[in-house]
Amino acid sequence: MKINKRISTLISFFILFFVSISFAGEHFVPITSYRTGVYGISGAPAANGFVDYLKMINARDGGVGGVKLAWEECETAYQQDRFVECYERLKHRGEAGATVFQPLGTGLTYAVLDRLADDKIPLITMGYGRTDASDGRVFPWVFPLMVNYWSLSTAKIKYIASLEGGVENLKGLKIANVFHDSAYGKETRDILNKQAEHYDFEVKGFPVAHPGIDQKATWLNVRRYKPDYVILRGWGVMNQTSLKEAARAQISPTKIIGVTWACSELDTIPAGKAAIGYTCASIINPGTHYKVFQDIVKHVHDAGNATGPLKELEGQQLYRAGVLMGVMTVEAISKATEKFGNKPMSGEEVRWGIENLDMTDERLEKMGIKDFIPNFAITCANHEGNAPVKFQRWNGESFEPASDWIETDQTLVRPLIEKSAASYASEKNITLGCG
Amino acid sequence: MIYRESGQFKTSYRADQAILPIFQDKIAMILLMIFAFVVIPVIANDYWLGSILIPFLALSLAALGLNVLTGYAGQLSLGTAAFMAVGAFAAYNLQVRVPEVPFLIAFLWGGLCAAGVGILFGLPSLRIKGFYLAVATLAAQFFIEWLFTHFDWFTNYSSSGVITALPMELFGFSIDNPLSKYILVLSVVVLCAFGVRNLVRSEIGRAWMAVRDMDIAAEAIGINLMKTKLLAFAVSSFLCGISGALFAYVYLGSVEPEAFNIMRSFQILFMIVIGGLGSVSGAFLGAGFIILTPIVLNNIGVLFGGTISTDTVAHIEHMIFGALIIFFLIVEPNGLARLWQIGKEKLRLWPFPY
Repeated sequence: MKINKRISTLISFFILFFVSISFAGEHFVPITSYRTGVYGISGAPAANGFVDYLKMINARDGGVGGVKLAWEECETAYQQDRFVECYERLKHRGEAGATVFQPLGTGLTYAVLDRLADDKIPLITMGYGRTDASDGRVFPWVFPLMVNYWSLSTAKIKYIASLEGGVENLKGLKIANVFHDSAYGKETRDILNKQAEHYDFEVKGFPVAHPGIDQKATWLNVRRYKPDYVILRGWGVMNQTSLKEAARAQISPTKIIGVTWACSELDTIPAGKAAIGYTCASIINPGTHYKVFQDIVKHVHDAGNATGPLKELEGQQLYRAGVLMGVMTVEAISKATEKFGNKPMSGEEVRWGIENLDMTDERLEKMGIKDFIPNFAITCANHEGNAPVKFQRWNGESFEPASDWIETDQTLVRPLIEKSAASYASEKNITLGCG
Repeated sequence: MIYRESGQFKTSYRADQAILPIFQDKIAMILLMIFAFVVIPVIANDYWLGSILIPFLALSLAALGLNVLTGYAGQLSLGTAAFMAVGAFAAYNLQVRVPEVPFLIAFLWGGLCAAGVGILFGLPSLRIKGFYLAVATLAAQFFIEWLFTHFDWFTNYSSSGVITALPMELFGFSIDNPLSKYILVLSVVVLCAFGVRNLVRSEIGRAWMAVRDMDIAAEAIGINLMKTKLLAFAVSSFLCGISGALFAYVYLGSVEPEAFNIMRSFQILFMIVIGGLGSVSGAFLGAGFIILTPIVLNNIGVLFGGTISTDTVAHIEHMIFGALIIFFLIVEPNGLARLWQIGKEKLRLWPFPY
């Protein structure tokens, strides 16, 4: 009898394990986040913002089109193999399957790129990911929304030009590119070289090995190079280390310009004085005075239902970037319901929604994010939307705008994207879409 | 009672030296093969095939490779992931540069390149032993990762330093869904496992074990140390190379060198420590334990329906996993394969153990 009981508990346990939790009649949003591991410090606030926004939409609007949002989080630890496992685990959840994945990592993006077309699930890689996926004719399922890495790089050079008083003054400048030695970090090497050729300045790359805790030698080399500007292309714990080491190598933080992923309080606060005057690029405006954040405070934080602490909402760019990830997901779903009706959306339907995103002032106002992000629109061929970039300066306590919205240089970027995408298409035998 | 060999008489040397001398083992192996090739494809869904069984099999092969080197030949190595990377990158480069080559030949080439690199980094083993050798192979790990990160030729000048698997086709069949991929990986792994099982029973395998147990004595009885040790490195790296190619091509699809970092080497070393040094089944048991336990723990956490946050689940997963490793090492320091063997011995005598 004793054995029988044991076996029956075992069997019931396995039944429980294999019957996946079903989300009937809900839009299913898979959340692949990383709250542990070396990059967990950056991944956690973003995931909190994402989840809190979805909670707010459910509480305030009762979901999208009368259909509630459901989500499940899966921990990837910023590792390719674990992300693939999470992707496979979540792709068929919910009544209509997963709506859209957002990996929040360039290496992670690459790992599932070839699976999307078979699974009919879109991927939003907002401000990161594979750059040439901006060519929607070759990559119909991938959306590097707003600004991709190459576009961002042109905006950065434009910003440097504005500091120098015009593009003609770029000539002869020395720019050091300190990058995270991974797929993410390497992505801008080519475009920087191209611009160096175009504007006649000099650029030199300084790779920093993962995870970037030891950078003494790198910054001694940077100092020896005597650059006029330093581009900081890091992620996670690497950024604050870079700022500290730069100060030790007596490179002024005002000469250092970070990318979007080196632009959070997690990078500047630990660096203390070494970060004052540091500038970085961003796709969002600083501050929490936008309606969307007030709504999150009202419907989620005040209801005691928040995932992240309130101080994260108030003082974390990455939390706000996470909210933006939620905004894009919800907006894509709501666009899709306009066309396909108020039922749980499938990945294929949401893909149509993303492709027809049009962030006009009116739309942004309605979502409560006017001025928080710039206007942009997605088309079948252009999956990026070419949003402008804002530079922000750290004053020791908060980020403040250091520039207007700076447009990216598509005359330079777009031909390169099309060329790179075309070679991918011929390698994989893809016929170009969009008519 | 069911597991009794009385009455099974070996009447020829051939029968006595069979790979599975006991009748019940033979039946069990046949059943296992039927289960793996027929039953699993029928019952398993794409998630199980694609994201649990394929990485399990691919990494089992790497563990098998390391087990040849460490378990059988006694040479400690921390460069397993590097040899996997060589396999993956060599297979990719051959296919990119000579598109006519079928992918199986490319995998073989990946294995051979890894074997070559393995021999190169195995050279220090002729002079140094134990922990010192581990440090020397650690050099392989760091050097090869650095090489693939910094020389763009290896990634065919991809702007992000990532290689992407090319489409696989075999006799007109396109291998692109989880089922066909699973069958491919399973076939390769079974083939390699039988190869290794035979190899370790041969003169070469016995020479490896002699070197492992005491190399001076082995030399005294006429075993050529250089040949034996380098062969162990070559065979081990060959298997790791194939495993790396499978991991990159069949599982991930696109890889950056970072996927083959030092943590992967440690992971595979833990597999054979947990599974059992010096046994073929140990590689599989260890890989199963190391890969499946975290996923099972993670899924159990999800059953509580979002009441526990994913980071807590991830941390609990690490704690339980660590505790399980300590538990197994205390209960049976020789690994899961030894536990299995003890179970078998007991079954043979059951129900009259005295």
